[in-house]
Amino acid sequence: MARDEALPELLDDRDPDYIRDTLPLAWLLATLWHRAEVRGLDNIPDEGPVLLVGNHSGGNTSPDSIVFTLAFSSYFGVERRFHQLAHQLVMAFPGIGAFLKKYGTIEASHANAEVALHAGAAVLVYPGGDWEVHRPSWQSAQVDFAGRTGFLKLAIRTGVPIVPVVSIGGQETLVVLTRGEALSQALGLHRLRLKVLPVSLVVPWGITLGDFIPRWTLPAKLTTQVLPPIDVSEKFGDDPDLDEAYDYVTGTMQSTLDALAAERRLPILG
Amino acid sequence: MRLEECVEIRAPREVVWDAIADAENHPLFMAGLTRWDVKSGPEMSKGSRIDMRMAVGSAQVGSLIEVVEFDVPADMAWTSVTGIDQRGRWRLRERGDNCTKVTLRLAYQAPGGLAGWVTDRVAAGRVRRNLRRSLQALKEQVESGVERARGRSAR
Repeated sequence: MARDEALPELLDDRDPDYIRDTLPLAWLLATLWHRAEVRGLDNIPDEGPVLLVGNHSGGNTSPDSIVFTLAFSSYFGVERRFHQLAHQLVMAFPGIGAFLKKYGTIEASHANAEVALHAGAAVLVYPGGDWEVHRPSWQSAQVDFAGRTGFLKLAIRTGVPIVPVVSIGGQETLVVLTRGEALSQALGLHRLRLKVLPVSLVVPWGITLGDFIPRWTLPAKLTTQVLPPIDVSEKFGDDPDLDEAYDYVTGTMQSTLDALAAERRLPILG
Repeated sequence: MRLEECVEIRAPREVVWDAIADAENHPLFMAGLTRWDVKSGPEMSKGSRIDMRMAVGSAQVGSLIEVVEFDVPADMAWTSVTGIDQRGRWRLRERGDNCTKVTLRLAYQAPGGLAGWVTDRVAAGRVRRNLRRSLQALKEQVESGVERARGRSAR
Protein backbone atom coordinates (compact mmCIF):
# COMPACT_ATOMS: atom_id res chain seq x y z
CA MET A 1 0.00 0.00 0.00
CA ALA A 2 1.36 3.43 -0.87
CA ARG A 3 2.11 5.79 2.00
CA ASP A 4 -0.73 8.20 1.12
CA GLU A 5 -3.25 5.36 1.17
CA ALA A 6 -2.01 4.08 4.49
CA LEU A 7 -2.12 5.61 7.93
CA PRO A 8 -0.76 9.17 7.91
CA GLU A 9 2.78 9.40 9.31
CA LEU A 10 1.57 11.85 11.97
CA LEU A 11 -0.36 9.02 13.64
CA ASP A 12 2.42 6.43 13.43
CA ASP A 13 3.82 6.90 16.92
CA ARG A 14 0.76 5.58 18.74
CA ASP A 15 1.65 2.19 20.22
CA PRO A 16 -1.31 0.07 21.44
CA ASP A 17 0.97 -2.48 23.14
CA TYR A 18 2.69 0.26 25.10
CA ILE A 19 -0.69 1.66 26.12
CA ARG A 20 -1.88 -1.80 27.22
CA ASP A 21 1.26 -2.31 29.33
CA THR A 22 1.00 1.04 31.08
CA LEU A 23 -2.75 1.11 31.72
CA PRO A 24 -2.36 -0.69 35.08
CA LEU A 25 -0.27 2.22 36.40
CA ALA A 26 -2.95 4.64 35.23
CA TRP A 27 -5.60 2.45 36.87
CA LEU A 28 -3.73 2.48 40.20
CA LEU A 29 -3.35 6.27 40.07
CA ALA A 30 -6.97 6.85 39.03
CA THR A 31 -8.49 4.36 41.45
CA LEU A 32 -6.40 4.78 44.58
CA TRP A 33 -5.25 8.41 44.39
CA HIS A 34 -8.13 10.13 42.61
CA ARG A 35 -11.07 7.71 43.29
CA ALA A 36 -11.98 8.57 39.71
CA GLU A 37 -15.33 7.82 38.16
CA VAL A 38 -16.18 8.07 34.45
CA ARG A 39 -19.85 7.84 33.54
CA GLY A 40 -21.67 7.64 30.22
CA LEU A 41 -19.02 5.96 28.07
CA ASP A 42 -21.87 4.26 26.21
CA ASN A 43 -22.73 7.71 24.80
CA ILE A 44 -19.64 7.45 22.58
CA PRO A 45 -20.49 5.82 19.22
CA ASP A 46 -19.03 2.32 19.07
CA GLU A 47 -17.11 3.01 15.90
CA GLY A 48 -16.11 5.74 13.50
CA PRO A 49 -14.55 9.14 14.05
CA VAL A 50 -15.78 11.27 16.90
CA LEU A 51 -14.68 14.60 18.35
CA LEU A 52 -14.53 14.38 22.13
CA VAL A 53 -14.69 17.92 23.52
CA GLY A 54 -13.60 18.31 27.13
CA ASN A 55 -13.24 21.02 29.73
CA HIS A 56 -9.62 21.17 30.79
CA SER A 57 -8.41 21.11 34.39
CA GLY A 58 -5.44 20.36 36.61
CA GLY A 59 -2.61 22.34 35.04
CA ASN A 60 -0.15 20.73 32.67
CA THR A 61 -0.36 17.33 34.40
CA SER A 62 -4.07 17.28 33.50
CA PRO A 63 -5.05 14.25 35.60
CA ASP A 64 -8.52 14.09 34.08
CA SER A 65 -6.91 13.42 30.69
CA ILE A 66 -5.11 10.42 32.21
CA VAL A 67 -8.35 9.19 33.78
CA PHE A 68 -10.32 9.60 30.56
CA THR A 69 -7.65 7.90 28.46
CA LEU A 70 -7.69 4.97 30.89
CA ALA A 71 -11.48 4.81 30.76
CA PHE A 72 -11.67 5.05 26.97
CA SER A 73 -8.91 2.49 26.34
CA SER A 74 -10.35 0.03 28.88
CA TYR A 75 -13.89 0.36 27.55
CA PHE A 76 -13.22 0.27 23.80
CA GLY A 77 -9.91 -1.58 23.89
CA VAL A 78 -6.49 -0.20 23.00
CA GLU A 79 -7.13 -1.37 19.45
CA ARG A 80 -9.52 1.54 18.84
CA ARG A 81 -7.62 4.50 17.47
CA PHE A 82 -7.70 7.37 19.98
CA HIS A 83 -5.71 10.59 19.74
CA GLN A 84 -5.48 13.57 22.06
CA LEU A 85 -4.41 17.08 21.10
CA ALA A 86 -1.83 18.80 23.30
CA HIS A 87 -0.10 22.16 23.34
CA GLN A 88 3.11 22.31 21.29
CA LEU A 89 5.18 23.16 24.38
CA VAL A 90 3.94 20.04 26.20
CA MET A 91 4.87 17.91 23.19
CA ALA A 92 8.29 19.58 23.03
CA PHE A 93 9.06 18.80 26.68
CA PRO A 94 11.94 16.25 26.86
CA GLY A 95 10.69 12.77 27.76
CA ILE A 96 7.06 13.85 28.14
CA GLY A 97 6.53 14.39 24.43
CA ALA A 98 7.87 10.95 23.50
CA PHE A 99 5.74 9.31 26.18
CA LEU A 100 2.59 11.12 25.07
CA LYS A 101 3.18 10.27 21.41
CA LYS A 102 3.04 6.56 22.28
CA TYR A 103 -0.37 7.25 23.78
CA GLY A 104 -1.48 8.85 20.53
CA THR A 105 -1.09 12.48 21.57
CA ILE A 106 -0.43 14.86 18.70
CA GLU A 107 0.35 18.56 18.58
CA ALA A 108 -2.80 20.66 18.72
CA SER A 109 -3.72 22.11 15.33
CA HIS A 110 -6.78 22.02 13.10
CA ALA A 111 -4.81 20.22 10.39
CA ASN A 112 -3.61 17.48 12.76
CA ALA A 113 -7.07 16.96 14.22
CA GLU A 114 -8.50 16.67 10.72
CA VAL A 115 -5.90 14.07 9.73
CA ALA A 116 -6.79 11.96 12.79
CA LEU A 117 -10.54 12.25 12.20
CA HIS A 118 -10.13 11.31 8.53
CA ALA A 119 -8.26 8.22 9.73
CA GLY A 120 -11.42 7.25 11.68
CA ALA A 121 -10.03 8.09 15.11
CA ALA A 122 -11.69 9.34 18.25
CA VAL A 123 -10.01 12.69 18.94
CA LEU A 124 -9.98 14.41 22.32
CA VAL A 125 -9.70 18.20 22.24
CA TYR A 126 -9.69 20.81 24.96
CA PRO A 127 -10.79 24.04 23.29
CA GLY A 128 -10.06 26.01 26.49
CA GLY A 129 -6.40 24.91 26.31
CA ASP A 130 -3.88 26.63 28.59
CA TRP A 131 -6.40 29.41 29.32
CA GLU A 132 -8.91 27.05 30.92
CA VAL A 133 -6.47 24.58 32.48
CA HIS A 134 -4.86 27.40 34.47
CA ARG A 135 -8.03 29.14 35.62
CA PRO A 136 -8.07 29.98 39.33
CA SER A 137 -9.02 26.96 41.42
CA TRP A 138 -12.12 28.65 42.81
CA GLN A 139 -13.45 28.61 39.22
CA SER A 140 -13.20 24.82 39.22
CA ALA A 141 -16.85 24.42 38.22
CA GLN A 142 -16.69 26.78 35.23
CA VAL A 143 -16.41 25.81 31.57
CA ASP A 144 -14.24 28.46 29.92
CA PHE A 145 -13.39 27.96 26.25
CA ALA A 146 -12.50 31.65 25.92
CA GLY A 147 -14.89 31.97 22.97
CA ARG A 148 -12.86 29.56 20.81
CA THR A 149 -15.00 28.02 18.10
CA GLY A 150 -12.33 26.04 16.22
CA PHE A 151 -13.73 22.74 17.49
CA LEU A 152 -17.13 23.58 15.96
CA LYS A 153 -15.59 24.45 12.58
CA LEU A 154 -13.66 21.19 12.72
CA ALA A 155 -16.79 19.15 13.45
CA ILE A 156 -18.72 20.88 10.64
CA ARG A 157 -15.88 20.50 8.10
CA THR A 158 -15.39 16.81 8.83
CA GLY A 159 -19.05 15.93 9.50
CA VAL A 160 -18.05 14.27 12.76
CA PRO A 161 -20.28 14.30 15.87
CA ILE A 162 -19.18 16.16 18.99
CA VAL A 163 -19.31 14.21 22.24
CA PRO A 164 -18.92 16.51 25.28
CA VAL A 165 -16.75 15.20 28.11
CA VAL A 166 -17.32 17.09 31.36
CA SER A 167 -14.97 16.67 34.32
CA ILE A 168 -14.70 18.07 37.81
CA GLY A 169 -11.99 17.81 40.45
CA GLY A 170 -8.92 18.41 38.30
CA GLN A 171 -8.60 22.03 39.38
CA GLU A 172 -8.39 20.85 43.00
CA THR A 173 -5.19 18.88 42.33
CA LEU A 174 -3.29 22.17 42.70
CA VAL A 175 -4.25 25.65 43.84
CA VAL A 176 -4.05 28.09 40.94
CA LEU A 177 -4.08 31.63 42.33
CA THR A 178 -4.09 33.53 39.04
CA ARG A 179 -3.59 32.85 35.35
CA GLY A 180 -0.95 35.58 35.09
CA GLU A 181 -2.05 36.57 31.60
CA ALA A 182 -0.71 40.15 31.97
CA LEU A 183 2.70 38.81 32.97
CA SER A 184 2.72 36.43 30.03
CA GLN A 185 1.85 39.29 27.70
CA ALA A 186 4.56 41.52 29.21
CA LEU A 187 7.20 38.80 28.75
CA GLY A 188 6.12 38.17 25.18
CA LEU A 189 5.23 34.53 25.86
CA HIS A 190 2.16 34.86 23.66
CA ARG A 191 4.55 34.46 20.74
CA LEU A 192 5.03 30.85 21.93
CA ARG A 193 1.24 30.41 22.00
CA LEU A 194 1.46 30.76 25.80
CA LYS A 195 -1.28 33.14 26.88
CA VAL A 196 -0.81 32.57 30.59
CA LEU A 197 1.93 32.34 33.21
CA PRO A 198 0.04 30.96 36.22
CA VAL A 199 0.89 31.57 39.84
CA SER A 200 0.04 28.45 41.83
CA LEU A 201 0.40 26.86 45.24
CA VAL A 202 1.77 23.35 44.71
CA VAL A 203 3.33 20.49 46.67
CA PRO A 204 6.23 20.43 47.49
CA TRP A 205 7.43 23.76 46.06
CA GLY A 206 4.94 26.22 47.55
CA ILE A 207 4.24 29.25 45.36
CA THR A 208 5.39 28.72 41.77
CA LEU A 209 5.42 30.83 38.64
CA GLY A 210 4.53 28.95 35.49
CA ASP A 211 3.67 25.26 35.36
CA PHE A 212 6.83 23.64 34.12
CA ILE A 213 8.35 21.83 37.08
CA PRO A 214 7.22 18.37 38.28
CA ARG A 215 4.95 18.44 41.33
CA TRP A 216 2.62 16.24 43.34
CA THR A 217 -1.00 16.37 42.34
CA LEU A 218 -3.31 16.63 45.34
CA PRO A 219 -5.55 13.54 45.74
CA ALA A 220 -8.75 15.22 44.54
CA LYS A 221 -11.66 13.02 43.58
CA LEU A 222 -12.23 13.22 39.81
CA THR A 223 -15.61 12.68 38.21
CA THR A 224 -16.25 12.70 34.47
CA GLN A 225 -19.57 12.59 32.66
CA VAL A 226 -19.70 11.79 28.93
CA LEU A 227 -22.76 13.32 27.23
CA PRO A 228 -24.75 12.15 24.18
CA PRO A 229 -23.36 13.09 20.74
CA ILE A 230 -24.23 16.43 19.12
CA ASP A 231 -24.41 16.56 15.33
CA VAL A 232 -23.78 20.27 14.72
CA SER A 233 -25.07 20.33 11.12
CA GLU A 234 -28.17 18.34 12.00
CA LYS A 235 -28.97 20.58 14.95
CA PHE A 236 -28.06 23.98 13.51
CA GLY A 237 -28.24 23.45 9.73
CA ASP A 238 -25.58 23.30 7.03
CA ASP A 239 -24.47 26.88 7.62
CA PRO A 240 -24.76 27.12 11.40
CA ASP A 241 -24.46 30.25 13.48
CA LEU A 242 -21.22 29.47 15.31
CA ASP A 243 -22.11 31.66 18.29
CA GLU A 244 -25.41 29.84 18.72
CA ALA A 245 -23.74 26.42 18.45
CA TYR A 246 -20.97 27.53 20.84
CA ASP A 247 -23.53 28.68 23.40
CA TYR A 248 -25.41 25.40 23.06
CA VAL A 249 -22.37 23.14 23.51
CA THR A 250 -20.79 25.13 26.33
CA GLY A 251 -24.21 25.65 27.96
CA THR A 252 -24.90 21.91 27.91
CA MET A 253 -21.47 21.23 29.40
CA GLN A 254 -21.90 23.95 32.05
CA SER A 255 -25.26 22.50 33.16
CA THR A 256 -23.61 19.09 33.57
CA LEU A 257 -20.65 20.61 35.42
CA ASP A 258 -23.07 22.43 37.76
CA ALA A 259 -24.76 19.09 38.51
CA LEU A 260 -21.39 17.41 39.16
CA ALA A 261 -20.37 20.32 41.41
CA ALA A 262 -23.63 19.98 43.37
CA GLU A 263 -22.72 16.35 44.12
CA ARG A 264 -19.49 17.41 45.81
CA ARG A 265 -19.57 18.09 49.50
CA LEU A 266 -15.94 18.95 50.21
CA PRO A 267 -13.01 20.21 48.11
CA ILE A 268 -10.51 17.46 47.22
CA LEU A 269 -12.45 14.76 49.09
CA GLY A 270 -15.36 15.14 46.68
CA MET B 1 -5.29 -13.74 39.67
CA ARG B 2 -7.83 -16.49 40.25
CA LEU B 3 -11.01 -15.90 42.25
CA GLU B 4 -13.71 -18.35 43.21
CA GLU B 5 -17.02 -17.83 45.00
CA CYS B 6 -19.80 -20.35 45.76
CA VAL B 7 -23.43 -20.32 46.79
CA GLU B 8 -26.05 -22.98 47.41
CA ILE B 9 -29.38 -22.40 45.71
CA ARG B 10 -32.56 -24.18 46.74
CA ALA B 11 -33.61 -25.19 43.24
CA PRO B 12 -32.99 -28.07 40.83
CA ARG B 13 -29.79 -27.82 38.82
CA GLU B 14 -31.71 -27.55 35.51
CA VAL B 15 -33.57 -24.47 36.78
CA VAL B 16 -30.33 -22.74 37.80
CA TRP B 17 -28.79 -23.71 34.47
CA ASP B 18 -31.68 -22.12 32.57
CA ALA B 19 -31.03 -18.86 34.42
CA ILE B 20 -27.36 -18.70 33.47
CA ALA B 21 -27.79 -20.10 29.96
CA ASP B 22 -30.11 -17.21 29.06
CA ALA B 23 -27.70 -14.50 27.97
CA GLU B 24 -30.30 -11.76 28.33
CA ASN B 25 -30.76 -12.67 32.00
CA HIS B 26 -27.16 -11.92 32.99
CA PRO B 27 -27.56 -8.12 33.37
CA LEU B 28 -30.31 -8.86 35.91
CA PHE B 29 -28.02 -10.60 38.36
CA MET B 30 -24.39 -9.85 37.44
CA ALA B 31 -23.12 -7.08 39.73
CA GLY B 32 -20.97 -4.31 38.27
CA LEU B 33 -21.89 -5.17 34.70
CA THR B 34 -21.88 -2.01 32.59
CA ARG B 35 -22.03 -3.60 29.15
CA TRP B 36 -23.41 -6.92 27.97
CA ASP B 37 -23.92 -7.03 24.20
CA VAL B 38 -24.76 -10.54 23.07
CA LYS B 39 -23.37 -11.02 19.59
CA SER B 40 -25.41 -14.18 19.00
CA GLY B 41 -28.96 -15.15 20.08
CA PRO B 42 -30.22 -15.08 23.66
CA GLU B 43 -29.65 -18.83 24.07
CA MET B 44 -26.00 -19.36 24.85
CA SER B 45 -24.05 -22.23 23.34
CA LYS B 46 -20.47 -23.13 22.62
CA GLY B 47 -19.09 -20.37 20.40
CA SER B 48 -21.42 -17.62 21.65
CA ARG B 49 -19.70 -14.25 21.81
CA ILE B 50 -20.49 -11.42 24.17
CA ASP B 51 -19.00 -7.95 24.48
CA MET B 52 -18.88 -7.38 28.24
CA ARG B 53 -17.52 -4.78 30.68
CA MET B 54 -17.46 -4.72 34.44
CA ALA B 55 -16.82 -1.64 36.60
CA VAL B 56 -13.65 -2.24 38.60
CA GLY B 57 -12.27 0.83 40.33
CA SER B 58 -11.93 3.72 37.91
CA ALA B 59 -12.26 1.66 34.73
CA GLN B 60 -14.80 -0.53 33.05
CA VAL B 61 -12.71 -3.52 32.18
CA GLY B 62 -13.65 -6.50 30.11
CA SER B 63 -13.49 -7.79 26.62
CA LEU B 64 -15.13 -9.74 23.88
CA ILE B 65 -15.57 -13.17 25.42
CA GLU B 66 -16.39 -16.50 23.81
CA VAL B 67 -18.11 -19.48 25.40
CA VAL B 68 -15.67 -22.36 24.98
CA GLU B 69 -17.38 -25.05 27.05
CA PHE B 70 -21.12 -25.64 27.31
CA ASP B 71 -22.02 -28.89 29.07
CA VAL B 72 -25.74 -28.80 29.94
CA PRO B 73 -26.54 -28.50 32.87
CA ALA B 74 -23.18 -28.58 34.60
CA ASP B 75 -20.42 -26.40 33.20
CA MET B 76 -20.11 -23.25 31.15
CA ALA B 77 -16.68 -21.71 30.57
CA TRP B 78 -15.53 -18.70 28.62
CA THR B 79 -12.33 -17.04 27.59
CA SER B 80 -11.47 -13.59 26.29
CA VAL B 81 -10.96 -12.92 22.60
CA THR B 82 -9.88 -9.27 22.93
CA GLY B 83 -9.23 -6.90 25.84
CA ILE B 84 -8.00 -7.95 29.25
CA ASP B 85 -7.03 -11.64 29.51
CA GLN B 86 -9.71 -13.52 31.41
CA ARG B 87 -11.16 -16.99 31.82
CA GLY B 88 -14.30 -17.84 33.72
CA ARG B 89 -16.50 -20.77 34.62
CA TRP B 90 -19.96 -21.50 35.96
CA ARG B 91 -19.93 -24.87 37.71
CA LEU B 92 -23.25 -26.36 38.86
CA ARG B 93 -23.31 -29.45 41.06
CA GLU B 94 -26.29 -31.17 42.71
CA ARG B 95 -26.38 -31.13 46.52
CA GLY B 96 -29.23 -33.44 47.51
CA ASP B 97 -32.84 -32.90 46.50
CA ASN B 98 -33.62 -29.56 44.92
CA CYS B 99 -30.35 -27.95 45.94
CA THR B 100 -27.54 -26.85 43.66
CA LYS B 101 -24.06 -25.68 44.52
CA VAL B 102 -23.07 -22.90 42.12
CA THR B 103 -19.42 -21.99 41.76
CA LEU B 104 -18.30 -18.93 39.82
CA ARG B 105 -14.62 -18.76 38.93
CA LEU B 106 -12.80 -15.89 37.29
CA ALA B 107 -9.14 -15.77 36.38
CA TYR B 108 -7.66 -12.59 34.93
CA GLN B 109 -4.30 -11.04 34.35
CA ALA B 110 -3.54 -7.38 33.85
CA PRO B 111 -0.61 -6.58 31.54
CA GLY B 112 2.33 -4.45 32.60
CA GLY B 113 4.70 -6.55 34.71
CA LEU B 114 5.00 -5.40 38.32
CA ALA B 115 2.30 -2.72 37.97
CA GLY B 116 0.00 -5.34 36.50
CA TRP B 117 0.77 -7.71 39.37
CA VAL B 118 -0.07 -5.01 41.93
CA THR B 119 -3.19 -4.02 39.97
CA ASP B 120 -4.46 -7.61 39.95
CA ARG B 121 -4.22 -7.77 43.72
CA VAL B 122 -5.69 -4.33 44.39
CA ALA B 123 -8.57 -5.10 42.01
CA ALA B 124 -9.22 -8.55 43.51
CA GLY B 125 -11.28 -7.24 46.43
CA ARG B 126 -13.53 -5.24 44.11
CA VAL B 127 -13.95 -8.12 41.64
CA ARG B 128 -14.63 -10.59 44.45
CA ARG B 129 -17.36 -8.30 45.82
CA ASN B 130 -18.98 -8.26 42.37
CA LEU B 131 -18.87 -12.07 42.16
CA ARG B 132 -20.42 -12.48 45.62
CA ARG B 133 -23.19 -9.99 44.90
CA SER B 134 -23.85 -11.69 41.55
CA LEU B 135 -24.23 -15.11 43.13
CA GLN B 136 -26.48 -13.71 45.83
CA ALA B 137 -28.67 -11.99 43.22
CA LEU B 138 -28.83 -15.19 41.16
CA LYS B 139 -29.84 -17.14 44.26
CA GLU B 140 -32.63 -14.66 45.07
CA GLN B 141 -33.84 -14.60 41.47
CA VAL B 142 -33.94 -18.38 41.05
CA GLU B 143 -35.39 -19.16 44.48
CA SER B 144 -38.12 -16.54 44.15
CA GLY B 145 -38.97 -18.01 40.72
CA VAL B 146 -39.23 -21.49 42.24
CA GLU B 147 -41.44 -20.15 45.06
CA ARG B 148 -43.75 -18.45 42.58
CA ALA B 149 -44.00 -21.64 40.50
CA ARG B 150 -44.85 -23.66 43.66
CA GLY B 151 -47.51 -21.14 44.62
CA ARG B 152 -49.11 -21.36 41.18
CA SER B 153 -49.16 -25.17 41.21
CA ALA B 154 -50.60 -25.21 44.77
CA ARG B 155 -53.53 -23.05 43.59
